[in-house]
Amino acid sequence: MIAPGPEVSPSRRPSKINVRVLRQDGPGTPPYWERHQVDYEPDMNVISVLQKIAAQATTFDGKKVSPVAWDCGCLEEVCGSCTMVINGRVRQSCSALVDRLLEDNPEEIQLQPMTKFPVVRDLMIDRSRLFHSLKRVQAWVPVDSYFDMGAGPRIPREDQEQNYPLSQCMSCGCCLEACPQFNKVEVIRHAGETDEAFDARKKQAYDAEFIGPHAISQAMLFNSHPVGKNLQKERLETLTGTGGIQACGNAQNCVAVCPKEIPLTTSIARAGRAATLHTIKKLFDR
Amino acid sequence: MANNRVLVVGGGLAGLSATMKLAELGVAVDLLSLTPVKRSHSVCAQGGINSVNDQTRQQGDNEWNHFDDTIYGGDFLQNQPPVKEMAYWAPKVIDLMDRLGVTFNRTPEGYIDRRRFGGTLYKRTAFAGATTGQQLLYALDEQVRRWEVEGLVKKYEFWDFLGPILDDNGRCVGAVAQDMVSMEIRSFAADAVVVATGGCGLIYGRSTMSVFCTGSAASRCFQAGAKYGNGEFIQVHPTAIPGADKLRLMSESARGEGGRVWVPRKPNDTRAPKQIPASERYFFLEERFPKYGNLVPRDIATREIFNICVNEGLSVDPTRMCVYLDLTHIPRHELDRKLGGILEIYEKFQGVDPREEPMKIFPAVHYSMGGLWVDYEANGEGGLLPGSPRNQSTNVPGLYAIGECDYQYHGANRLGANSLLSCIFSGLFVGPGIVNWMKSNKAAADLPKSIFERAVGEHTARHKKLLSNASGTGENPYLLHQELGDIMTRTATVVRYNNQLTEAYEKVSAMVERSQRCSLADTGNWTNQNVIFTKSLQDMIPIAQCILKGALMRDESRGAHFKPDFCMPSLQATDPTERRLEAEKWCDAFEENTSKFLKSSVCSWKGQEPDLVFEDIDTRLMKPRPRLYGLVGGEVIEEVWKQRSRSKEESAPSKPAATKQLAGSV
Ligand SMILES: Cc1cc2nc3c(=O)[nH]c(=O)nc-3n(C[C@H](O)[C@H](O)[C@H](O)COP(=O)(O)OP(=O)(O)OC[C@H]3O[C@@H](n4cnc5c(N)ncnc54)[C@H](O)[C@@H]3O)c2cc1C
Ligand code: SF4
Ligand code: SF4
Ligand code: FES
Repeated sequence: MIAPGPEVSPSRRPSKINVRVLRQDGPGTPPYWERHQVDYEPDMNVISVLQKIAAQATTFDGKKVSPVAWDCGCLEEVCGSCTMVINGRVRQSCSALVDRLLEDNPEEIQLQPMTKFPVVRDLMIDRSRLFHSLKRVQAWVPVDSYFDMGAGPRIPREDQEQNYPLSQCMSCGCCLEACPQFNKVEVIRHAGETDEAFDARKKQAYDAEFIGPHAISQAMLFNSHPVGKNLQKERLETLTGTGGIQACGNAQNCVAVCPKEIPLTTSIARAGRAATLHTIKKLFDR
Repeated sequence: MANNRVLVVGGGLAGLSATMKLAELGVAVDLLSLTPVKRSHSVCAQGGINSVNDQTRQQGDNEWNHFDDTIYGGDFLQNQPPVKEMAYWAPKVIDLMDRLGVTFNRTPEGYIDRRRFGGTLYKRTAFAGATTGQQLLYALDEQVRRWEVEGLVKKYEFWDFLGPILDDNGRCVGAVAQDMVSMEIRSFAADAVVVATGGCGLIYGRSTMSVFCTGSAASRCFQAGAKYGNGEFIQVHPTAIPGADKLRLMSESARGEGGRVWVPRKPNDTRAPKQIPASERYFFLEERFPKYGNLVPRDIATREIFNICVNEGLSVDPTRMCVYLDLTHIPRHELDRKLGGILEIYEKFQGVDPREEPMKIFPAVHYSMGGLWVDYEANGEGGLLPGSPRNQSTNVPGLYAIGECDYQYHGANRLGANSLLSCIFSGLFVGPGIVNWMKSNKAAADLPKSIFERAVGEHTARHKKLLSNASGTGENPYLLHQELGDIMTRTATVVRYNNQLTEAYEKVSAMVERSQRCSLADTGNWTNQNVIFTKSLQDMIPIAQCILKGALMRDESRGAHFKPDFCMPSLQATDPTERRLEAEKWCDAFEENTSKFLKSSVCSWKGQEPDLVFEDIDTRLMKPRPRLYGLVGGEVIEEVWKQRSRSKEESAPSKPAATKQLAGSV
């Protein structure tokens, strides 16, 4: 058990916490480190530290600064918003407990934005590419309509048990941050560029790059659904194309960091086999 | 419908189901949300979603029973037609979610598995592991992404809805919103605006809700003229894990498996829990309710825990209010087998092993039954008329509200697993009505530009004014928020007293002006979260006023609203004849109270504070009866009540027959 027992006396706990944040004022501007100090309280997580920093808006040495920008939502590790690099490791900040972090490094807590996505400001990053990948693999069940057509197909319990873990992917992007094959793509808006033109340029840039393990796993999820299967070919077409599964170097970093413990490498292996079959089948179908 | 556009604000279960249904009907939708819709608060729901199903049917259940449970659980404070329609749609909603690929738990034979939830005798609740809300949300998110690729839906994520735009006749013709990255403020012309922005837990500082649940969007509609109903009904869950940032839900099953609730008898005892001998532990639930012990009904548990900390000063932690929920007397392997999942949540967020150390828990604000007032049109059978433009419409024509931010479905108290249902149902049902609404109106895009420019101008001025408040001299918005949360939590949650509510109302009303004087630490124009937060704080205040005013004026106890000075007492007499007489009086008092307070509180905004009126409730299908959960003498009261109802039926023979026929005919 990792928890400090009741024998740890309250006096051993620090009265202040030092926090170093890698800040950036906006896209294309240089990042810089800034030091903050907040009062220690029991049961804090990184979110409550950032809330205190926002309320103080003053650095360690008394300089007035704008509050650090960051993203969060559910505060219970289920929405995927709050991903950042904490003491060098990518993870959700809402489940990053201060006591644990101080055990590893009592001197300070270090917060950085994810490095594989463009920084919007401070710890806020733009993960639109991650969601775009879900379009690339058509991660949905192509039902005919939303009218009342009775129940869906019966699903064996085993299938549910295999699919449920995959469907818990919260699009946090930890796996992408850790993946050596997933490289940052930053499309900077031209002055005066319309929304449409900018979106089109982004789409083009994203489409040329690795789709990422989360999307491969979603493709497998929908390929194993009785109706989701109807788009199986299209999904495999994407996975065998540019930025598809052959970009994966099988480094397995992704599965090690996924906060939802999604069996990504199992999905990747399944996708690899399906993609090979698909390619062979295409050769014979010619 | 090529030229019609609808703006949907909010992409939780309600907003996404409305979006996908509208898209299917050929309507182009702009979908606006504070966060990528996949991260909406609906993702947090764990328990499940209710409907009658093939199995319960064969045990005697039907849609009418689901309707009855929902109304009874809500203490009769709902207009009945929408609730009836929802219960009758519930099986269809689950079928649809099933077809969309939701990974519901399965029986060995491959059917959807069900569990039992509070407030019913039947296993109606479908669930997907411990993340039902997440799974439902993702299925809808996927469908909306599909429509996005088709070009019918355009998403605006990281956008803040600032308010509806009304034309000179008071019709809603669009909205103003702000890009939270670039801070651009612009208008969206729309032939209808659907608000699906969820609950308002942040008014209480911390709650079980996500940080997005500020209620600001509903407040902005309210301040623009939409009415707000039943604000005082806020559900408080008895056991949550207090955190510095959030109160996380702790399932009732911990008590079900033998968990004991206690505090040290001595106030401010600084010893670690294990060092406190049994004789100095106060097992207050067990002592006060020897019959039920730790498993007293939810509302009672909530009130007692609250009382022990707030009024008796026995909180176990000097910095925050909480009591111990102790499992340490139960063998480890047994805990792991029965409660593994929920204990892991505690461990993950508290960093403490609840098998070794008692958990610290406290009740937490969980759900808002109240919300934007919405209309409906009933059909001949007492359900809703499909396709009526009145369904889910606020009193502002063209402005619709669905999901947790409407006041329609849960009355004075929501039953578990009924909210996910009301969200998806209202989202699907609103679509056809909106299509009909648009047929009879001039397209918003053809209106004079000046209407939209004026609205953008007003919001830009508000924004600039805030940024120009002198720094460092005014109120700190984060501290003001804390103050608001403290006041609301102290006075308007579990136990309510008129003197406290009056004082709170004055203090909160003073915040209308104080919040205008907030000075910002960030006055920039790029991803300025400081100013966005401050605006939402300003807009929390009118809703807080509605909650307090409703609570103050409702001199009774009903569902989640409990006033010790105005509650129906238990029976005291022991002699059967006297007890009977007492029960007769009890029923008289109940009838009198019903005629006075079985009404929705409906607020309208008057610039500085809300104006409140009580509005009659449509009880066309089922007459109110006393809710007697756990009341001493309940059996006698029930007997008297039944006799009275029978004699009333006999004196007016035609009416009840009609009701029965209704009940059986659908
Ligand atoms: C911990 C927890 C567990 C629960 N478990 C259950 C359960 O088991 N069963 C059940 O039936 N119910 C449950 N509930 C209740 C249920 O989850 C909610 O009532 C429901 O999800 C609300 O959905 P919604 O679509 O109305 O709103 P939400 O999901 O809250 O979505 C609101 C949307 O509005 C957007 N929004 C808000 N304000 C603005 C603004 N100003 N500008 C732009 N966009 C805005 C947000 O970005 C979001 O997209 C639970 C609630 C909690 C807190
Ligand atoms: S296994 Fe593939 S996807 Fe995962 S980290 Fe390695 S290269 Fe990336
Ligand atoms: S697969 Fe895991 S790490 Fe990757 S986005 Fe999904 S939840 Fe996050
Ligand atoms: S805030 Fe939702 S995952 Fe951390």
